Amino acid sequence: MSLYRPPKKIGAIKFGLLSPEMIRKMSVTRIITPDTYSEDGLPIDSGLMDGRLGTIEPGQRCKTCGNRIGECPGHFGHIELARPVIHVGFAKTIYKILRATCRKCSRILLPEEELEEFKRKMDEYEKRWGGLSEEISEELIKKASRVSKCPHCGEVQFKIKFEKPTTYYEETKEGPRRLTPIEIRDRLERITDEDARLLGISPKDARPEWMVLTVLPVPPVTVRPSITLESGVRSEDDLTHKLVDIIRINQRLRENIEAGAPQLIIEDLWELLQYHVITYFDNEVSGVPPARHRSGRALRTLSQRLKGKEGRFRSNLSGKRVDFSARTVISPDPNLSINEVGVPIDIAKILTIPERVTEWNIEELKELVIRGPDQYPGANYIIRLDGRRIDLRYARDRRALAESLEPGFIVERHLKDGDIVLFNRQPSLHRMSIMAHEVRVLPYRTFRLHLCVCPPYNADFDGDEMNLHVPQSEEARAEARVLMRVQEQVLSPRYGGPIIGAIQDYISSAYLFTRKDTLLTKEEVCQLLSVAGYKGDLPEPAIKEPQPLWTGKQIFSLFLPKGLNISLRASVCRKCPGGCLKEKCPYDAYVVVRDGQLIAGVIDEKSIGAFQPDSILHRIIKDFGTDAAREFIDKIGRLLIEFISRRGFTMGINEVEIPRVAMIRIQEILKEAEEKVDKLIESYRRGELQRLPGRTLEETLEMQIMKVLAEARDKAGDIASEHLGLENHAVIMAETGARGSTLNLAQMAACVGQQSVRGERIKRGYRNRTLPHFKVGDLSAKARGFVASNYRTGLDPIEFFFHAMGGREGLVDTAVRTSTSGYMQRRLINALQDLKVEYDGTVRDASSRIIQLVYGEDGVDPAKSDHGKAVNIDIIIEKVLSESERT
Amino acid sequence: MDKKKRKIDLFSHELVPKHILLSKEEAEKLLKELNIRPEQLPWIKKSDPAAVAIGAKPGDIVKIVRKSSTAGEVIVYRYVIDK
Ligand SMILES: [Mg+2]
Ligand SMILES: [Zn+2]
Ligand SMILES: [Zn+2]
Ligand SMILES: [Zn+2]
Repeated sequence: MSLYRPPKKIGAIKFGLLSPEMIRKMSVTRIITPDTYSEDGLPIDSGLMDGRLGTIEPGQRCKTCGNRIGECPGHFGHIELARPVIHVGFAKTIYKILRATCRKCSRILLPEEELEEFKRKMDEYEKRWGGLSEEISEELIKKASRVSKCPHCGEVQFKIKFEKPTTYYEETKEGPRRLTPIEIRDRLERITDEDARLLGISPKDARPEWMVLTVLPVPPVTVRPSITLESGVRSEDDLTHKLVDIIRINQRLRENIEAGAPQLIIEDLWELLQYHVITYFDNEVSGVPPARHRSGRALRTLSQRLKGKEGRFRSNLSGKRVDFSARTVISPDPNLSINEVGVPIDIAKILTIPERVTEWNIEELKELVIRGPDQYPGANYIIRLDGRRIDLRYARDRRALAESLEPGFIVERHLKDGDIVLFNRQPSLHRMSIMAHEVRVLPYRTFRLHLCVCPPYNADFDGDEMNLHVPQSEEARAEARVLMRVQEQVLSPRYGGPIIGAIQDYISSAYLFTRKDTLLTKEEVCQLLSVAGYKGDLPEPAIKEPQPLWTGKQIFSLFLPKGLNISLRASVCRKCPGGCLKEKCPYDAYVVVRDGQLIAGVIDEKSIGAFQPDSILHRIIKDFGTDAAREFIDKIGRLLIEFISRRGFTMGINEVEIPRVAMIRIQEILKEAEEKVDKLIESYRRGELQRLPGRTLEETLEMQIMKVLAEARDKAGDIASEHLGLENHAVIMAETGARGSTLNLAQMAACVGQQSVRGERIKRGYRNRTLPHFKVGDLSAKARGFVASNYRTGLDPIEFFFHAMGGREGLVDTAVRTSTSGYMQRRLINALQDLKVEYDGTVRDASSRIIQLVYGEDGVDPAKSDHGKAVNIDIIIEKVLSESERT
Repeated sequence: MDKKKRKIDLFSHELVPKHILLSKEEAEKLLKELNIRPEQLPWIKKSDPAAVAIGAKPGDIVKIVRKSSTAGEVIVYRYVIDK
């Protein structure tokens, strides 16, 4: 077993340039030959695969450090370049420096006094912040680049032109003259340390001339391993290919120089060397044709390894991949428990759990081993006492292997029902985005989950995918089961109410089921209860003659825990103007539960919905525990789905159709409103409109128009809702909180209303008008985006256009909001990630510095509190009162 | 005008919490109670106006009594640092 080494703390990170001496010092060997391996397959000395550069072959020992593969970190080599070349990464910096310094004496082209002043500023900055200021040196460079005569030696300066990627010209009177890297390096060498500092370069860590390479480091073979294909052909890494090119050209260049070849040939080769070094660093430099593989594929060189989504940072450092995980599409299954997740059998056969053989499970595990990896339930691996791992895919005689099993062996068996796994949906914004579920192995190819756990994951089934992870240790499984199981996460730490609960059809169904007029025959009751999994006696029927009938409230009460007392106003409550009549509410909107019996009121979103604090569900969890809550949600869920499936619940376009008379009334109201608007405009034009305090006349007009139109829309909506009775399914959904709102209904049935962009009536478009259909300056309702039609009858083209404008703004808003809030979330998480409440109750960070003496200053866990308060007096009073009532 | 005369009492402002300098004994007692080294407390610069006002020196511990939206009133401590 390997020893645990405590991670080291990073004190600081310093970035700088490597000096040629440093590169040589780092190097274990100079690389001379472009060849990699000799004919007998051994690495050539002083070649790119030299044994001293590290080892990549198993069993082999490194010639430098003597370690085997894995332990040897690899060692750098170096190439001596025949002629210096520009480092592309610094081409821009070099250009800036050349322009700011003298071509003869290399001093900054500013008089001594000015330099003195800059130095003073820079010193001050460095003292304050411990580094050089980019801003100050930018200012200096800008100033110095304009000077045409050196104030130090009097030399006349030429303008310097930079041509991408690495060519520099001096524009002399005789025409442009090219600067060679040698010349450039000379100039950079002559820059004094003090001047370099003013140019923003710390000379200790990066002398300017080091930006022109004379020696090139050769990375260890461990970062560019060659791979042997199945055919036995060796394939080299892209970096090795590139280094081969560099060495080859370098060699030719040196030979030509030594042989005294013509200047032209040398320059060509030099240029070619420059090209290869550029593409070695970055193969995506603009203006440079990318170096390609023989197949035509562009090479992936140093910069490409780091940059972008597939680069080292985003792909390997910020993003990590794990074993024992699966991902697939999700779909609903109301028959599961909220604690469960349906796992496709194909996935269950791949994901495994290591189970230690004991004398109590040996027979069972033998069976699994015999069935092997392909039959479910089976096993994929055996780990023997000596640590040897046997792959059952290739085992010839699994029966014999099963017999060889003895206590202490580990069998990696398939996932089976009841195993605990972690289930996750991105974006993982809060802790309920990863919860522990119990496995249910099911046919088909999707993960299945209970509909009530959609809200915490924010999941729906329009193609969403989710991830599953299998904890491999006993501790991890125990931790997951105790802390992360869905039933432990019902109460949200965000606001102290249940985040898991009924949604949509569950709520519609609950309302229909617990209405006063829902009466069920014995047959219906028995079927519903058997689906729900109720085991117990039937209560006395509410109606005995002519046949026994039970109310929905009675049946619902069977699932409420004994001793539950709560009263609340349902979602359908009309907020009766004369004060609530409580139990005597004519709409049955006051829910009363006494000792687990639903005495009055209909059940809807307020009682069992997700996101509803102080609901029946909330009280069940708090007073009866998470097991009771899970049972309640599971059973009620199955019951309600069964009930609504039998009854039927639909919504079609006819649902929002209202009688002709009503439609005419609505049209009249809208017409009146439009006339009122016209009158307002007219009085504004005549200058008779009274200005509201703090508003301009125009603003006053706009406000009044908006008010008139909003009132008209509301009135139209009211008329529509008068004609959409409480039996209307759309109305039921809106009133009970299952889905949609009364505003949505009004827009569908009566009038869509004013469209707005930036909170105002629409005014953009053409000059002083919104569309060419209107006269210039038209301020009428229609011309400024009022949609008088409704969604059922449809919008006319002009209305449609305005509607699209308003709709577009909404889309842009959400896009912008999610990106900014996502960024904020990331920053917060990074800042808070390792804060933790210690056993002494203090909140501390990773270096155990105190953040708070008591969590949240009051030590209250919001998930376990009532609206952030440790106690809720009202609920205690109700509990005591109802208990005393009974006695 | 005399500079001292223009000085206002920092702590008379609604949003500035009370700062109290702990004596050596009190500080030691606190550290013992919390079982921490002083640097593990949150820091306050000696140049902080409130620290200047009560004459805190680096190494001292300042007790701050401030309003809290969750607990009504809380006591926090800060370790005075140089700079
Ligand atoms: Mg979706
Ligand atoms: Zn080595
Ligand atoms: Zn000069
Ligand atoms: Zn009411």
